[in-house]
Order: sequence, then C-alpha cells, then structure tokens
Amino acid sequence: MGIELFIVALLGFMLLASLIAVEAKDLLSAVISVGAAGFALSVIDLLLGAPDLAITQVVVEVIALVLLVRVVLRRDDTSVTEPRDALRTATALLAGGIILAVTFFAIGGMGAVRGERTPGTIPAFGEPKFVQADAEPRPVSADYVAKAAEETGAANAVMAVLLDYRAYDTLGEATVIFVSVLGAYVILRRVGRRKSEAKEDEA
Amino acid sequence: MNGTPEHEGMTLVVRSTARLITGFIAVFGVYVALTGHVSPGGGFAGGVILAAAAVLVVLAFGRRAASALVTERTCHTWDAAGAMGFLVVAVLGYFVGGFFVNFLPVGRLHELVSGGMIPLANLAILVKVGAGLAGAFLALAAWRRLGPAAGRTEV
Amino acid sequence: MGVAIYLMALAVLLVGLYAVVAKKNIIKIILGLLILDYAVNLLLVLVGYRTGGAAPIRAPGQSPAEFAARSVDPLPQAMVLTSIVIGLGLTALMVALAVRLHEKYGTFDMSKIRRLKG
Repeated sequence: MGIELFIVALLGFMLLASLIAVEAKDLLSAVISVGAAGFALSVIDLLLGAPDLAITQVVVEVIALVLLVRVVLRRDDTSVTEPRDALRTATALLAGGIILAVTFFAIGGMGAVRGERTPGTIPAFGEPKFVQADAEPRPVSADYVAKAAEETGAANAVMAVLLDYRAYDTLGEATVIFVSVLGAYVILRRVGRRKSEAKEDEA
Repeated sequence: MNGTPEHEGMTLVVRSTARLITGFIAVFGVYVALTGHVSPGGGFAGGVILAAAAVLVVLAFGRRAASALVTERTCHTWDAAGAMGFLVVAVLGYFVGGFFVNFLPVGRLHELVSGGMIPLANLAILVKVGAGLAGAFLALAAWRRLGPAAGRTEV
Repeated sequence: MGVAIYLMALAVLLVGLYAVVAKKNIIKIILGLLILDYAVNLLLVLVGYRTGGAAPIRAPGQSPAEFAARSVDPLPQAMVLTSIVIGLGLTALMVALAVRLHEKYGTFDMSKIRRLKG
C-alpha cells in the first residue's frame, strides 16, 4: 500500500513536469522540465521492480538533456510565442477524448471504477495475467519465470528473455538503433552535399 | 557551445574532475554490461553508460582536444564491429541447432562464465550501443552554425 | 488505487499527444514526442507489476518456487529496455533534423517554415 501511494505521488510530479514542459514560454525551462519528468520515471521504474530500466532511463535522460540543451542554448531568442490556434487545439481534444474512452473500456469500464475485478483487456493493477491461475491460454511469462535459470543459466530473467528466448527482437532493435544513428550522421554531414547547396551555405 | 566557433572546453575544476573519473565511468559501464546475467543491467545499460563517458570527455575538453581519444571514425568502426559481432554470435548458433540457439555450455548459476552465449551477446551490444550513441553526439557537437548562414565568418 | 495509477499514466500520454498535435515550435514537438515515449514505456511496465513483487533476478540461494512466487513479469521489462534506448536514438535524429532546419530557415517555427518552402 505504501509503494502504491509513493507511485501515485511520483506520477503526479511527472504529470506536473510534463505540463510545465509543454506550456512554458522559455525553451530552456521546458527542456529542464522534461529532464525532471525522466528522473521521476526512473524512480517509478525502481519502485515497480525494474532495476535495469531504472539504470538505463536515468543515463538516457541525461544524454537526451545534453543534446536538447545544445540545440536550445543560443545567443538569439529562446522564447516561444504561440498564437492560439483553434483547429489544432480541437483536434488535440478530440484525439484525447477518443483515447480516454478506449482506455476506459480496456480497464474494464464502470466495474473497475467500483472496484470489482471485472475482466478488462488490461488486467487489474497488481495482478498480471501470468499470476492468475486460471488464465486461458497459459501466459508465456509463467514459463519464462519458472525455467529461465535452469535452461539458460542466467539469474537475471530479463536478460534471459532478451538474449535467449526473444533474441530476434534484440536483433531488430540493434538494427533500428543503427539506422537512426546513421540517419543522424547523414543529416549532419558536410562532405558530399550538392554543390549548389554548398555555395548557398557559404553566401 | 553557444555560438563560439570552436568549443574550447570548460573550467579547470571540470577538466580535473573529468580526468579523474572518466576512466571509472567507462570501466563501470563495461562491468554493468558483462555481469548483466547475474545482476541488474546488461548490454544496453552498460552501453549508454559508456556513451555517457564519451559525452563527458567531449564536453569537458572541447572537441578538438578530445579528438585524440574519440573521433567520429573510431565511433563508426566500433559501431559496425558491435553489430557484426552480434550477428556472428547469432549465426554461430546456426551450426549447432538453429539461428540464435544457445550453443555454449550453460554453467552454474551466478558465475561470471555462465549462461552460454549471453555474456558474448552482452559484449556485442555494449560496443554497438556505446559507440553508436557517442558517434551521434559527436556529429551533433561538431555542428557549429546555429542560425542563418549569412553573417557568420568561421567555416 | 490501480485505476488512478493507470489514469495518471494515461494523462501523461495525453499531454505528450497534445504537444505533438497542437504546437508550432519544433522544439516543443520534440519534447512532446519525448513525453509520449516516457508515457508508453511507463504503461507497459505498469501492466507487468505484481503487488508485493520483487525484481525478476534470482538471488543466490533462492529456490525456484520462491522466485516464481515473488517476481514481477519479466517480459514487458525486456521490451521496454530496448524501447528506452531506441527513444534516445530517435531523440538524436529529431534534434539533428531541428538543427538542420534552423540552419536553413533561421527559425524553429513550423508555420513560417512551411511558408518559406525553399
């Protein structure tokens, strides 16, 4: 019970930081707020029993902050003037409403609000499918947790899942990182750009 | 970094501290990656910690002075080497049973040499993620002109 | 309490979505995508949590039955671990795009860039 209260408090902090980041007039303040939200997420990961995620999230947050501050910190103006645009705000509200409605029914509708254990698509908080004894079909995580140490020899079940049971997905992920980093290189490259563009840059 | 033509590095305190602790950060990253199958961490966590060490070097000493240690060319090379290493580990399993089959002996739990090919895969991922992210940061840090091209005189 | 946690994580997702759809400054759009990324990772880890559970790492000397009775779900955590690092690659790519756009057009404002078409 204590942990859940702590998670709610940290989620409130993260929500507040995100709101500040989105609405702040000064770009540097917005970037720092996103950094605060990332740190809060890292502590939430630790409370939810995911230490690998906490380590990775905190370091990724710091590197992203350095990248963003590099772009935002300039000598000229860093403030934002946003005229209110009715169409875009209405679109955002509509999309938000649809997502809210879908998630409400996924959690189990009015039954979940009253506190019953209705079978929604997302299991009730704290009772994942692999814990329920009568889950049909048998969830694969139950087999992973039971057999990871013997079959793979790794005490860390997350590593066993990533690099033995689901190694294809890790290969796909390595490919995605490769391509996105390659994209960043190509966009920032100086050699090999078209001659006309280079002349226009020097002018 | 904001507008000066060449980023010259930071103050003496920052540089001395960076000199002292960068080695420890890099070794910690490698440690977290190699013992990923025993304690929390793994290849991805270790890789980003290694990239953070490279970012520290570039920020504290300036791009020119740090190019003795990290250049874009070395980052590209190690990035590709890590990706190829991961593929080699995958294909080697093919000769034993199928693609990605764990072919080394499983060993006893909680030892460093256990878990078959999982430590080797962690090493490949460490190299790939660390070098890739450090290279992306270097490419961005090298970008000097922020603003319209007219009026800037440096190259 | 569980419903409140899910709804707050969902609220963070909606804040990120609002920033992506309704904002004109490209840095705000990048921050919105970053917030969306955090919210999605958070929701995935929340689904796998088990009340009173421990991390899915078997301590030395723990029996398999004890471990299976206490651990949280390792599968969403494995997927989210790769997703976090991919998010960083994506941030690097978006920041590179923003830098190039600013160099070419001199502004971060998307509506002005769309009009320039140069």
